Amino acid sequence: MADLVVRLWRGDENGGEFIEFKIPAQEGEVVLDVVHRIQATLAPDLAVRWNCKAGKCGSCSAEINGRPRLMCMTRVNQLPEGEPIVITPLKTFPIIRDLVTDVSFNFEMLKKVPGFKPKPREADGTYRMYTEDVERGQEFRKCIECFLCQDVCHVIRDHEENKEHYAGPRLFVRYADLEMNPLDTNDRRQLLVEKMGLGYCNITKCCTEVCPEHIHITDNAIIPLKERVVDDRYDPIAWLGKKIFRKSKKVETDAK
Amino acid sequence: MVNASIETHEFDVVIIGAGGAGLRAAIESIDSGAKTAIVCKSLLGKAHTVMAEGGIAAALRNVWKEDSWQVHFRDTMRGGKMLNNWRMAQLHAQEAPDRVNELEEWGALFDRTKDGLILQRDFGGHKYARLAHVGDRTGLELIRTLQQKAVTTGAEVFMEVKIVELLHDENGAVSGALGFYRNNGSFVLFKAKSFILAAGGIGKSWKFTSNSWESTGDGHALALWAGADLIDMEFVQFHPTGMVWPLSVKGLLVTEGVRGDGGILKNSEGKRFMFEYIPQMFAAETADSEAEGDRWYEDKANNRRPPELLPRDEVARSINAEVKAGRGSPHGGVFLDIASRRSPEYIRRRLPSMYHQFKELADVDITVTPMEVGPTCHYAMGGVRVDPDTAKATVEGLYAAGEVAGGMHGSNRLGGNSLSDLVVFGRRAGLAAAQSALEKGSSKLSESLVEDALNRALKPLNNPEGENPYTIQHDLQETMQALVGIIRTESELVEAVEKLEEFKERVKGVGAKGGVKFNASWHTALDLNSMLTVSEACAKAALMRKESRGGHTRDDYPKADPEFGKTNHVVRLQGNDITVTPEPLPVMPDELASLFEGAAQPTGITESKEVK
Ligand SMILES: Cc1cc2nc3c(=O)[nH]c(=O)nc-3n(C[C@H](O)[C@H](O)[C@H](O)COP(=O)(O)OP(=O)(O)OC[C@H]3O[C@@H](n4cnc5c(N)ncnc54)[C@H](O)[C@@H]3O)c2cc1C
Ligand code: SF4
Ligand code: SF4
Ligand code: FES
Repeated sequence: MADLVVRLWRGDENGGEFIEFKIPAQEGEVVLDVVHRIQATLAPDLAVRWNCKAGKCGSCSAEINGRPRLMCMTRVNQLPEGEPIVITPLKTFPIIRDLVTDVSFNFEMLKKVPGFKPKPREADGTYRMYTEDVERGQEFRKCIECFLCQDVCHVIRDHEENKEHYAGPRLFVRYADLEMNPLDTNDRRQLLVEKMGLGYCNITKCCTEVCPEHIHITDNAIIPLKERVVDDRYDPIAWLGKKIFRKSKKVETDAK
Repeated sequence: MVNASIETHEFDVVIIGAGGAGLRAAIESIDSGAKTAIVCKSLLGKAHTVMAEGGIAAALRNVWKEDSWQVHFRDTMRGGKMLNNWRMAQLHAQEAPDRVNELEEWGALFDRTKDGLILQRDFGGHKYARLAHVGDRTGLELIRTLQQKAVTTGAEVFMEVKIVELLHDENGAVSGALGFYRNNGSFVLFKAKSFILAAGGIGKSWKFTSNSWESTGDGHALALWAGADLIDMEFVQFHPTGMVWPLSVKGLLVTEGVRGDGGILKNSEGKRFMFEYIPQMFAAETADSEAEGDRWYEDKANNRRPPELLPRDEVARSINAEVKAGRGSPHGGVFLDIASRRSPEYIRRRLPSMYHQFKELADVDITVTPMEVGPTCHYAMGGVRVDPDTAKATVEGLYAAGEVAGGMHGSNRLGGNSLSDLVVFGRRAGLAAAQSALEKGSSKLSESLVEDALNRALKPLNNPEGENPYTIQHDLQETMQALVGIIRTESELVEAVEKLEEFKERVKGVGAKGGVKFNASWHTALDLNSMLTVSEACAKAALMRKESRGGHTRDDYPKADPEFGKTNHVVRLQGNDITVTPEPLPVMPDELASLFEGAAQPTGITESKEVK
């Protein structure tokens, strides 16, 4: 097999540059394997995150030929043959070093999510939920927190200042997960509008396109959240109806 | 003075590890009123637990009313070939149902039965369908639920910090831990009254493993260096079904759920070979014909389970024997076939991430084509010796829970019993560590100890022309795979121990190029210390156990020996030497022993009837 040419961005918060590596190709490899071989032989101090190597932990996010992807799930033979593989760190987050970025923004936002508050158990001590009740929430709970959706969302990708008041698609998925959990009694809708910036999302669907878990972020999480919020705020009848129907829901307005 | 400049934090309880065990411990510790921190090498939510697939074992009795903690206890002990610490196995079986139900109360969404309860699936060695699960991504559900609960409860989390050494106060209690932030290399000192090790496994010392880069045995090594006992270190589980191709993913796990949901193992002749390898100990409860095995999935009351669902050690050895006999698949494994047995819809619904994994990584559609699989290093049964009720190690101030703790699984762990172990003993460790911390006064840490530890950690960086750490790591993995692998023998184990001495010299000369900021070669150089320590512990304990039992198979001693069946091997650090001492296994009380009356005893390894 011919040699692979890999153009890797290397540097830190003070700046950096593309470094080109030539390395023999090997059968069946993913991009992360190639990066690891570069690390083991040519650039021992290369910074890269990974854990599972199976698309399950969401650690190895990067931009490959300009597209946000998991390095461990991108096979080399799916990339254009004979062209260099260009690997850069996620753009939306501050650089730490090489392919590693500071994703603490996401963890800070997650900390602010008001927790799960279950309704009481049934008389027999169980919770009864049926497959059709849990399926919607289960889709959101597949999220591996790779933050690729956060990376691609234009509201924060080119606008650092928006991170003050915009949570981003991963967080909307988390809110939808809670909102659609059959047992939860917290109501976070006002918070979503006032502090988490749900209104800034203009449904471009870029987040959905990059989600490695194929979560329908826009259609199944963001749009239903927007509908629920709108119902509540502008339609007094629906609002009243929901209040009565879900009277056990406690309204959370403050981020924790 | 270096010390003055080191970032220092004081807590009641510091937990090293943010997998299922560490997070569950944190929740309990905070609940008990202790100021608690969690430290982990990766980002929060990325620990190895996230990769767990098949499920969490608990006698919930949602699918089989006949199940009970006693049956779960019995299965666990028999799976461990009776070498388990009986008290741990008892607590585990008794408390697992509450721990699983509690997860639901914290937001976990398990798959459901028709009646709206938590669904349970079949797994090897479990008499009844017992594993609560979410498709084949149970670990993700577990870690996310616990992580979210811990964060809302107020745990302080220090991410991407590697702890390099534990430090003692003047009374010999563990009261400090030195680590560094991986992103900028700056050191951080944690002072606390209790430390809980929840640092996971050791699989990275082998070449083909299902474990991530984190599983370098840091927790095991930190405990041993701090003077604590380890036990059962010879027992390493090789999971029967890892991917064997492409080479770059060799070792990656294929969940046992495939077999639990109907998948079967075949050799290159198309023969369903497991029927040839049914050991005496499990003959009475295992189907002896394909027809009976197949009927069992629908009618468990009147049929016995198929041999594909024997405990893991049995299945792994059988696959190994088939490949050795020349009946392997093209890439040196055997075939795991669910495509011809279940509908594509069923497979995609029950095993979505396996479907995805094979499709993306091997270009194989598992609804059409059988998978190629072979054994992969998966789990450490051995670990820190703990008091069963409190998870306390043999050194003051130190606790251990999860994979890093030993005893619970004896010589072989049943699938699904790890996730339950994490939450049962994570909780117990959190409780005991917090209670003890709240009763204790503060203690003093000697500054010179801190400085020595810091200088040791910086050594590779001060030796940039030293040997490449990746090369040493690679060679160590080759050595352990070849000499202390799934089948062992005296001469190879002796050779391994000798080679490990050479590795010690090489590690002294290891060098890391570059600076302190997120420098992977420095991190790898430091990981080598713990990898080497656990490798030596494993090889030496394996050399001493002259029998075959569970995850320890000796070619030269193929039979189980009842005397070794009453013995644990205790590993200690004496001076600079790692030593192994046999000690009697705690004896089970009569009321538990009576659960095993009339049951067959372990006999050692089973060779194929055909081969014989
Ligand atoms: C692919 C796969 C599938 C599995 N499926 C199942 C299953 O279906 N059911 C089941 O019961 N079991 C399963 N297991 C086993 C189970 O997942 C593990 O045994 C279990 O998750 C270990 O959890 P833990 O909390 O002990 O440690 P881990 O989850 O391994 O976490 C260890 C933590 O310690 C931290 N750490 C380590 N060293 C240091 C250090 N020096 N300084 C700071 N932090 C440190 C790490 O960063 C990490 O946070 C599976 C394992 C694998 C690999
Ligand atoms: S759909 Fe909304 S959240 Fe998703 S990328 Fe577009 S703006 Fe961002
Ligand atoms: S929603 Fe999808 S893209 Fe976003 S963090 Fe989760 S898994 Fe990644
Ligand atoms: S390494 Fe886990 S998703 Fe890539």
